Amino acid sequence: MMARPEKFIDESGRRVDGRLPNELRPIKMQVGLLKNANGSALVEYGLTKVIAAIYGPRESQKSVSLPDRASLRVRYHMAPFSTEERKNPVPTRREIELSKVLRESLEPIVMTNYFPRTTIDVFVEVLQSDGGTRTVAATAASLALADAGIPIKALFGGVAVGKVDGVLVVDINEVEDMYGDADMPIVAAPDLNLVTLYQLNGVLSKDEFQEAFDIAMNAITGIVNMEKETLKSSYQVENKEGDLEK
Amino acid sequence: MSITPYRVPVVPKIKRDNYIKLYEKGFRTDERDFYTPRKISIKTNVLEKANGSSLVKLGNTTILAGIKIELGQPYPDTPSEGVLQVHAELSPLASSFFEPGPPDENSIELSRVIDRSLRDPRVIDFNSLIINPGNKAWVIWIDLYALNYDGNLFDASMLATMSALYTTRMPELEELETGEIKIKNKVSNRPIKINKRIVSVTTAKIGKYIIVDPNLDEEIISDTRSVLVFDEEGNIVGAQKTGMGSYTMEEINNTIEISSKASQVYFKLLEEALENEKLER
Repeated sequence: MMARPEKFIDESGRRVDGRLPNELRPIKMQVGLLKNANGSALVEYGLTKVIAAIYGPRESQKSVSLPDRASLRVRYHMAPFSTEERKNPVPTRREIELSKVLRESLEPIVMTNYFPRTTIDVFVEVLQSDGGTRTVAATAASLALADAGIPIKALFGGVAVGKVDGVLVVDINEVEDMYGDADMPIVAAPDLNLVTLYQLNGVLSKDEFQEAFDIAMNAITGIVNMEKETLKSSYQVENKEGDLEK
Repeated sequence: MSITPYRVPVVPKIKRDNYIKLYEKGFRTDERDFYTPRKISIKTNVLEKANGSSLVKLGNTTILAGIKIELGQPYPDTPSEGVLQVHAELSPLASSFFEPGPPDENSIELSRVIDRSLRDPRVIDFNSLIINPGNKAWVIWIDLYALNYDGNLFDASMLATMSALYTTRMPELEELETGEIKIKNKVSNRPIKINKRIVSVTTAKIGKYIIVDPNLDEEIISDTRSVLVFDEEGNIVGAQKTGMGSYTMEEINNTIEISSKASQVYFKLLEEALENEKLER
């Protein structure tokens, strides 16, 4: 098991992995990597790696079919090898809860009214976990939905704000999550100024709680810009003359 | 896996419109203002075989909390702390919307939000629950039973949890000649050590209105809901957006202010209820 660090923030104001409080981990994004899925994305925040796949819209099973909109099915799952010690692949209570809050974060964004009596499946698999997995899952879901060509009101993304040694820090890793004072995952669509998921584990003052939203919104704006760049560069093709054509 | 609910009660759009028209005039259907919870009644020690229990009514929403304490082992990563387990049962007898079967996502979410609010903020003194570090510890089982569902299970469950914890009595131990430790009496006079009181405040967003303690109708017509848990110093010790919609930043700041004020009302009602209980005993 990971040991608790003596200090979370050193004399120069840097965190356990050398980042400043408002600094994100290195982020990588890739779309369209799964051939069978209608859309897919792999997103990494530092060591946390999450893959998302979209299937659908496809005809719903009769019993769950909704007459005026598509149903969303979301499965958040952690691979057995994603954690320090092997995780039993049977869905835990945690995974059931996270599937629910992630689905509820997608409901106001996905334009389900275009596809009545169908199901849109969002499967996210945590391949490696180092803190912030549900927020990375949200970012991966955003890219995968865009890759699938499913109409969404805006791109969205997630980040977890934490509190260590009395300081609010953005994009916490596993050690900061495990031993920190607070963990607050947030998912938002900054282009629409909408927050679609928040949770809090730990203690924050009212002011800190409000500040955490500002910090997250700022970070997510950057993350969504990265999503846009990733999508643009993925669908750009070079024509014969060598010019870029969209 | 989580799927968009398909067994939800149908609410005519006209009903939602009527509610919003009423809000425009500053009223709610049950004659409350926007920021006042329904009438709260708390009755503790309702079960003899549990170490602690409480029956809470928040309007017509009724929750029975039972606390059982058993001998067990501490978790390897917290060898000097007792163990907490919170479970919720949305029994089919409580509502036509509840189905029998293993806990669904709503029940799991409810119990996990209560669990988180107790655990990290250390509402229970977990260090006082250790008998033999790394080896023997008390296991606190909090089981929440919905008996009647009329909206806002979170706040009612939190009141039931806190009031049951306040009346919980620890078991009594004895050491055998062999050195083995076993339970002598299942219930003693020793209370469980509590560090602080907390209350949960659920608000619903309906159109542009934020209202405290939604009843079932209001919950069904709401765009989304927010659960904020407060301690007595006004810190936020737990939070969860629950429901399908979204919030703008302005609405969130509004929700925080409204919930923070309402937490004072809940604390006062919890205080009064516990005070009455003391006189009765």
